[in-house]
Amino acid sequence: MKTKLIELKNICKAFDGEQVLSNVDLYINDHEFITFLGPSGCGKTTTLRIIGGFETPDEGEVYFNGKMINDVPAYKRNVNTVFQRYALFPHLNVYDNIAFGLRVKKVKEQEIAERVAEMLELVNLKGFEKRDVSLLSGGQQQRVAIARALINQPEVLLLDEPLAALDLKLRKDMQVELKNIQSKTGITFIYVTHDQEEALSMSDTVVVMADGKIQQIGTPIDIYNEPINAFVADFIGESNILDGVMLKDYSVNFASHTFECLDKGFAQGEAVDVVVRPEDVDVVPVDKGMLSGIVTSVTFKGVHYEIIVDIDGFKWMIQSTDYVEPNAQIGVYIEPDAIHIMKKSEYSNMFGDYSTFSDEIEHLSDVTEGEEE
Amino acid sequence: MTRTPKTRKTHRSLLQRYAAAPHIVWSVLFIIVPLIFVAYYAFTDGGSFTFSNIAAFFTKDYLVIFWKSVKLALIATLICLLLGYPIAYFITTCKPKTQRLLIVLLMLPMWMNFLIRTYALMTLLQDTGIINSLLSKIGLGPVHIIGTETAVVIGMVYDYLPYMILPIYSVMAKMDHRLIEAASDLGCNGFGVLRKVIFPLSVSGVISGVTMVFVPSISTFYISQKLGGVDTLLIGDVIEQHYTSSNYNMTASLSFVLMVILIVGLAIVNHYTDSDEGGGMMI
Repeated sequence: MKTKLIELKNICKAFDGEQVLSNVDLYINDHEFITFLGPSGCGKTTTLRIIGGFETPDEGEVYFNGKMINDVPAYKRNVNTVFQRYALFPHLNVYDNIAFGLRVKKVKEQEIAERVAEMLELVNLKGFEKRDVSLLSGGQQQRVAIARALINQPEVLLLDEPLAALDLKLRKDMQVELKNIQSKTGITFIYVTHDQEEALSMSDTVVVMADGKIQQIGTPIDIYNEPINAFVADFIGESNILDGVMLKDYSVNFASHTFECLDKGFAQGEAVDVVVRPEDVDVVPVDKGMLSGIVTSVTFKGVHYEIIVDIDGFKWMIQSTDYVEPNAQIGVYIEPDAIHIMKKSEYSNMFGDYSTFSDEIEHLSDVTEGEEE
Repeated sequence: MTRTPKTRKTHRSLLQRYAAAPHIVWSVLFIIVPLIFVAYYAFTDGGSFTFSNIAAFFTKDYLVIFWKSVKLALIATLICLLLGYPIAYFITTCKPKTQRLLIVLLMLPMWMNFLIRTYALMTLLQDTGIINSLLSKIGLGPVHIIGTETAVVIGMVYDYLPYMILPIYSVMAKMDHRLIEAASDLGCNGFGVLRKVIFPLSVSGVISGVTMVFVPSISTFYISQKLGGVDTLLIGDVIEQHYTSSNYNMTASLSFVLMVILIVGLAIVNHYTDSDEGGGMMI
């Protein structure tokens, strides 16, 4: 049974005249793992902070269990937060940090002891009670922060980029652990991240945000397979995004070739954005290909090769387990179900071509993103 | 990258060796040597060793004066804390630009000599001064302030309040704002946040502030002379009187005992608080 737990209606928020959120409409079901995903500055953290009660929206309403809570201060909401970089109390040890919320509620010390022990067990930190929090590793501090929030048995746990400060290996482990904790406790998790892989692998529902607006809401599979516009297609995974024209239902022309596809309902001759995922493009001999082009670069990625192919000036990315020679002429074959058609949007023509693509640049931008917000 | 650390290291050790030299010379000449003189005079009388000067401190006359000094200094410190703590907190909640302006305003009076400030206060507090003429205009006065303990405490608070606010402010300004959010997230209302997070984390600033107000307050003589009367004679006044009447042995012994009491007191306070947390402006 799914029931609406939180509902945001037409939320707008500006900081110093700069619009951060515009007309955000969203509902969150009970027991759900929902992720706000987007680049830094897209408004995802602000949305989370509005739910937590740390910001008040300029316009719109926030409902919790059907009751409007716009004016309910943070300390009265049945919501707890795992802060970015944890925000543990430096003057308290692990035990006292976790016990903080219960002490505020004047719970008996004996019950606190039991529940703290339970929490330490849940986050795998048994025996750490008396440790100084500033001497813990990042992963351990993260666990304390989770325990400190969960011990209050909130209806909703808000997590603001909780894994951003951890290294890759630890981040993967914590992803699994967080997901386990969520299914064990059944608490609704609202998770904020700029890491699309994290969002896809953990969430029941993903909310993709950009420029203060919700772009798409859906399951990870929907978001990946049926992106609604060029922004979502580009942000989630790798995509070749091309200009196309819908000839009729199930037939689309792009890259000077007419393809069969599974999409319908567009106007005849409507200009559209066409998405083809790199893993859905097959490399074939030139004479068997629908299109052909010259390989400009090949990068070994472990599970596959990442091949950049120049087809009539447009650089395609193809992921293939078979090696091809750079500068070779190859043909490509695209199945109808590999083609996804999207309506034109404000993000059309901003993404899609891999001519300026470089691993290095992507890596650098990842690092800076972690520092912001 | 590989070569610079080496050259920088030798450079730094050179700097390290000589950077402190001027201060060391200064300290030896004007702090260590005078302290030895103080100790010498305190324990001698006409060149022969004696405890009688020290013992004199613990006679009734001096103890009464000492107690009065402690009392007035404590009251002034407490008032400074009660006034200064909220102000320091208020300043940290302002925008950075406003914060800088407020800090400058706070320090502005400190750029003026403290003797002049005290003298100005004397004029203000007089029976016919501005404060009293204002009070009588609205039918509340005149109130006799000058020459009382109240006037002395007002003087101490007026002169030393910035020394309370600044260290508390500097600790609070460094505090992570998310800790406050975390506390309210965990159910603390405004007062709970203050009691459970802000105050414990600003203790080191409070300790520095208390030290920087209490120490000059307890040893002052100028404030009590200018603003106090016959019955507000403080230990600082007594020391000064002995000095002007050339009784160097008593001057030294009273200073010596006062100093030892202060050092022991502050050492105890420091021992029971986490001095390694923020703050830093200890004695």
